Amino acid sequence: MLNTIKQVFHSPKFVTGFVIFMVMLLTIIIYPIIVTADPLEMIGNGNFFKPGTYVNTSETISAKQYTFNVDVSQASKLDRQLDDTQRTKMADWLVRFGGVDESEIDTSDSVALVELWKNNYSKDVDQTGLIAADKKYFVRLDTKIDAMLASSGIIIAQKDEEGTLSEQSTVEDNSYVNINDLQTSRTLILGTDNFGRDTLTELVSAAKNSLKIGLIAGSIATVIGLVLGLLSGYLGGIIDNIITFVTNLFTVIPSFVLLVLISYSVGQGSRGIYLVAIIIGCTSWTWTTRSVRSQVISLRNRDHVNLSKLSGHSLFRIIMTDILPYIASYVVMALILQISSGILSEAQLSMLGLGPATTESATLGLMMNWATLYSAHLNGSWWAYFPVIFTVALIAFSLNLMNTGLDQVFNPQLRD
Amino acid sequence: MSEIQKNPENKTVDTRPLCLSGKGVTKVFGFGETRTVAVDHVDFAFHEGEIISIVGESGSGKTTISKMLLGLISVTEGEIQFQGKPRDISSHKKKKEYWKGIQAIFQDPFSSFNMFNKIDAVLLDCINMRGGKNLPKEEKVRLMTEACSFVNLKFAELTNKYPFELSGGQMQRLMIARIFLLKPKILLADEPTSMIDACSRATILDMLLKLRDEINMTIIFITHDIGLAYYVSDSVYIMEHGKFVESGGADEVILTPKAEYTKRLISDVPKIYEEWDLSTV
Repeated sequence: MLNTIKQVFHSPKFVTGFVIFMVMLLTIIIYPIIVTADPLEMIGNGNFFKPGTYVNTSETISAKQYTFNVDVSQASKLDRQLDDTQRTKMADWLVRFGGVDESEIDTSDSVALVELWKNNYSKDVDQTGLIAADKKYFVRLDTKIDAMLASSGIIIAQKDEEGTLSEQSTVEDNSYVNINDLQTSRTLILGTDNFGRDTLTELVSAAKNSLKIGLIAGSIATVIGLVLGLLSGYLGGIIDNIITFVTNLFTVIPSFVLLVLISYSVGQGSRGIYLVAIIIGCTSWTWTTRSVRSQVISLRNRDHVNLSKLSGHSLFRIIMTDILPYIASYVVMALILQISSGILSEAQLSMLGLGPATTESATLGLMMNWATLYSAHLNGSWWAYFPVIFTVALIAFSLNLMNTGLDQVFNPQLRD
Repeated sequence: MSEIQKNPENKTVDTRPLCLSGKGVTKVFGFGETRTVAVDHVDFAFHEGEIISIVGESGSGKTTISKMLLGLISVTEGEIQFQGKPRDISSHKKKKEYWKGIQAIFQDPFSSFNMFNKIDAVLLDCINMRGGKNLPKEEKVRLMTEACSFVNLKFAELTNKYPFELSGGQMQRLMIARIFLLKPKILLADEPTSMIDACSRATILDMLLKLRDEINMTIIFITHDIGLAYYVSDSVYIMEHGKFVESGGADEVILTPKAEYTKRLISDVPKIYEEWDLSTV
């Protein structure tokens, strides 16, 4: 036994898979100890905040200002303040009404673009074909550009009782604040999701729940598959015929369709994480049954089993001591694959909206489902779905790698 | 001229009591197109203390009949009588009782042992089966030591070892030690020496014969080696395609064969100093 474990840990594939899996497992265990906040707390008012460090704006203004001797050029100011939509609209106006050739315009050069704009734009030009709202938009944009060109610093003013503004302080263009002076900065490594939740914290909690589902589903599938496979293979006869018939029936009906139908019929209200895990487990045992059965059939006529019968051992004892140890390695491998496929099944189900119907706990599949529903893939919010896909892939990859490693140890024909 | 002389006068009648007999014993596997009759209405009568050989080539039904005799597979048709009474193995309890009377040694010693169990467990099982479950530990060790020394093995060297740590010959001797502890009425030996080297073969046979003398056990040899059958048996059953084509005293069957198949089996035995006629094979 000890020797087998030693051999297993000498397999590079198993060790790689094991290390990846353990790192993920430790992260899942340790992260919630460090970050104690509720993983599903909606911290952002709005959806899909970009990854990065967020600082409180009013605190920034009242914080101690440091003046840096840097050249705050007009170019950098314009670059910072003109967004892509504004640039495209400006270029569009210039071509249509300003009489500028398209080849002269470079939207990435903000100084040249603003210069062209100031030389050619006039609200009085004939703008036939433009709706009133757009005309007003360009007037506002022009005023804004004027302000950008003219301004130097931002004035902080206070309104008194009579409604008159009085200047309090000025934030110069070259003034900075130290991020360490701020009390309320918040770093969101993976931004927020559609509900305004911290994606990283949610991801860790989702990975934990998905592993739980995989483990429960995998164990159920393995136990059902093992028991049926052992009975059918060892007993043979009519029991074998019945079990094989049922197994074939379940194999013929695609298990995913069955899974979808059961999940749908269970109903939205009662579909929790554990129920989904049980449903997945109860529909994915056929493969284990078939393979265990064939292994047992080849074992049941071995001399050591016959000898055990002749020694008067009971059926239970023969199965437990003369059959099970011989297929134990095989069962462990089947369990690993079932855990992996359980996690993937949950992800598939949830993508279809048939996963756990809950907003109280996240799973990897649900996170992908939410990201899809809120078009994260269309609006470029990669942080809402890519880390999730990567985590699913990494879990499945590590488990399969461990399985291949074990296979090589237990099946000498496959050794490199 | 053949080395085996025909001697028509050598016909004997066994007067010892019957211990295992069968009438019309048949085994059919499958049905419809896949129906195979492995054993076809065979009759036999084995006496106490007798050594019987069932000889036949591969696929003749030797192993099937041995499994039926052991009660490991059911009998499709016919009746087997054990010690003069119809054999009853309808429940696990009755089977357990039956297996106290009949035991087996298999062909491949390497697959006869559960490789996850220590050797002690195999021998302890036998003591428990003989009702020695509550014996003190020292007594159990004494019995195991005695059984091992009967087959020229040292229990002290084997204890806590796994079967795969032994050689094929040692394993097969351990199987005999198991029989020594169980002391069954009948021993079914399914080609017990075919996987063993020639030197160990004589030792194993010698031990089996010694054991027979000691506990007056019936030994049924299942073999394809007609030479070995003639050497050790009192009676010989020749099996072809699931039927006994010839049976009787060893001398009678081997020296005056009547069935064509028996004659062919005898002529196929390779003889030293003579060229082997492969045309009949």
